[in-house]
This record gives sequence, structure tokens and C-alpha cells, in this order.
Amino acid sequence: MSAETKEREPLFSAKNMKLVTKPLNMDNPITVQVLGICSALAVTAKLKPAIVMSISVMVVLAASNVVVSLLRNGIPQRIRIIVQLVVIATMVILVDQVLKAFVYDISKQLSVFVGLIITNCILMGRLEAFAMGNKPWPAFLDGIGNALGYGLILVIIAFFRELLGSGTLFDFRVIPQSFYDLGYKNNGLMILPPMALITVGVIIWIQRNRNRDLIEK
Amino acid sequence: MNNSNGYILRYAAIMVIIAAALLSSAAMLLKPFQERNMAIEKMGGILDAAGINGISTKEMIKSFNNYVTEEVVINQDGKVVEEYKDGPKESGKAFSLGLKEQFYNKSQGKPYELPLYILSNEGKTIYIIPMLGTGLWGPIWGNIALKDDLNTVVGVYFDHKGETPGLGAEITTDKFKKQFVGKKIFDDKGNFTSIEVVKGGAKKLPKNMQIHGVDAISGGTITSKGVDAMLKNVLESYLPYFKELRKNK
Repeated sequence: MSAETKEREPLFSAKNMKLVTKPLNMDNPITVQVLGICSALAVTAKLKPAIVMSISVMVVLAASNVVVSLLRNGIPQRIRIIVQLVVIATMVILVDQVLKAFVYDISKQLSVFVGLIITNCILMGRLEAFAMGNKPWPAFLDGIGNALGYGLILVIIAFFRELLGSGTLFDFRVIPQSFYDLGYKNNGLMILPPMALITVGVIIWIQRNRNRDLIEK
Repeated sequence: MNNSNGYILRYAAIMVIIAAALLSSAAMLLKPFQERNMAIEKMGGILDAAGINGISTKEMIKSFNNYVTEEVVINQDGKVVEEYKDGPKESGKAFSLGLKEQFYNKSQGKPYELPLYILSNEGKTIYIIPMLGTGLWGPIWGNIALKDDLNTVVGVYFDHKGETPGLGAEITTDKFKKQFVGKKIFDDKGNFTSIEVVKGGAKKLPKNMQIHGVDAISGGTITSKGVDAMLKNVLESYLPYFKELRKNK
């Protein structure tokens, strides 16, 4: 770190790093705050879209967090939700346009999910709860952290759904043909949304079993 | 002080203008890149249906010009409106014809025009028909390649706007597309049968009809039905042209 930042709070202080690590477990947006469930069910049939979705959410969330945090003192209280929505929607469209122009393949993967980012409750939730009251740098870290926590759960769900539902990972066959010859069958239910919800439930169960503090009295 | 109506109105107005300026300039600047990508993708889809794949994006325009020998535009009576042989294939009328508009005209009973590509691959002539239809969440489209008997399918290509991954979106996979190879769109008597996408598998069809059917996707019933309807609807529009072509042979 350079000298000028020393007298202020260091960029990666313990407090700032907590903003990144806490959402991974104790403050996870999906399993603890129960936000963003809809997209967690929709995009987790395969690993690849789940990861692309997580990265896009990270870009949009970090960027809108910073923008809203910069504007936080000027935003009129009564229309703050509308301002947040405009920021998110603008970011999402910009990301989509840039992807379409330069990485067309990935933009095709994203097609539906771009719309889903706008409606993702995590974004509104973080803008309202954190960016409106904090400086840009912590807001940026908070965005990264929450997107990581979201992505982590998405990847876990997508891993089990793709493995058990399609017998593949990243579209590569991992369950050998001999298993199928012996009568093993892909579980078709795994690729339907209900099993995603049950998988989320199981993850929440395991997490609360290990962290007793999370259990509501 | 931040909450007077005047401040809110001014804030909202400026915000909207900035957002609009940002988005429209981004759209304008990026449009040529996006259109090029879309044209390349369209070419890839046409070649893919003919069984030519693995061409990199950079080589696409060159390969497309090599393989496509002719672009034809036909009208509702099967008459040829335009034959385009010379010049870059990406600027032919057939290539820029909007299918959506043409099928809308058809549904309104108005005159319409349809594109057709004629390819030459390893000395064989292949006819490629672009298709457009509806899936579960939005449009689906693709190409079907026919041998020069205008009956046997060489291959197909499908794509979609936003079908469910793992379910309806499976229509783009090789596993689904491969089923179409060698299928026939006319029966022995020369009647149009299209290719049926059968829920529960083509095995459920009577023996003599199995050559006109493929397996639907489990969990993707509505998309499968969409593919079925698209094949029927599009191929039907080309029947008058096929008839003309056969007469001249």
C-alpha cells in the first residue's frame, strides 16, 4: 500500500475483508438472507450457465454498488428505489451490449439470465442496505463478497444437478457408459426446478447444523 | 432539503437523460460489431445444417462464400424472384430477408418472399431452408438441409432466444440434431409428411412412419412441439417451389 492510504483505513483492513468473507458463509445471500432464490433455481441445471450468471451478477452488483455509493448523498429519499433500479438496469444493458459486441458466445449463454439479473433481489437488497450508507470502496467489496456468496451456492447446486441429472460436468460425461449399461439412469427430476429448491434446503440444513448461531430461536 | 418536489423532479429528469444518453451511445457504437457477429452466427448456422462445422469465426465469411453457390428468393407461388450467384454472399437479398416479417405477411394472407441457399459440398448439391418458429419462452429458429432429391435431410441446425437450459435448450445439442439426419419429409407416394417430433419417442409411430419422426425432449415438451410446428409450417411454404423444381428436372 502507498503512503497516502496509510493514514486512512488500509484498503484491505480486517473490517473490509470481512465484507468479502462474511457473505460466503455467515451472511450468505441465498441461504441466510434468502435472496436471489428465483435465479438460483432457474440457472442451475448446468454448471456453465451458473458460473456465467455468477460472474455477470458480480460485475453488475459491484459496479452498481459503487455508483449508488457515489451518489448516496444526493439521492432523494423518496425516489431512491427508482434511482437504484435505473442504475441496475443501465449496468445490465451496458454489460449485455458489450458482451454482444466482443464476446458473442458468452452473451448467447447469458441471453435469458441478463433479464434475471435486473430482478435479482440481491442487487436491490445490497444497494438499499449497504451502498446507500457506505463509501465506494467498502461498497465495492460488499458487492464482490455477496456475488461470491451467491456464486458459491449456485455452483454447489449446479454441480449436483448436472452430475445427477445429466451425468455430466461442464457438458463432459463423467459417469462412464458402463454404469448406464448396468442399468444406472440419470435422475430426470434433478433437472427440474423442484429439486433445485430441495437442494437449497439441504444446503441450508447442513449449514445451520454446523453454525448453531444461525438457528432462529 | 433533499426532499423538495422540485429537487426530486430535477434529479429524476437529469438521471434519465444521462442513462438514456449512455445507453443509446453504447448501442450506436457497438452496433456494427454486433451486426457482424450476428451475420457470422447466421452463416455458421447455415453451414452447420449442411454438416460443415468447426469453422472459426475469423474464417467464417470466407468459408461461407466458398460453400454457398447460389442464393435464391422465392415467392408464395414457388416462383423464383431472384437468383444471386456473383458477389459477396453476405450481401445477397436472401441473406438479409427478415423471416419474421415474411411469415407475418403469410399469416395475414399477403404475398411473401422466402430465402433458400444452395450449397455445394464435396460435389453434392445441398438445399438449405431457414426456419423460424416459437418455443416456450420466445422465438426458436434454425436451418434444415436437404439433399438434391428435396426429400432426404442432410442435417439441421436449431437455435433459440431463451429456452430453459437442460430442457428446451437441448434442441441445440448434437444428440437432438443428429436424429434428423437421413429422415425424409415426403412419403413413398410423394405426400408431404414433414418430420414429427414425437413425445415418448419416434418408436411410438407406426413402422412406416418412423422415417418421418424423431424423439422429443423430455421436460421440453412445449419447445419440442414448437420445433414440430416450425418444421411443418416452414417446409409447407416451400412446397410450391419444390413442385416447380421437380417439373423442370
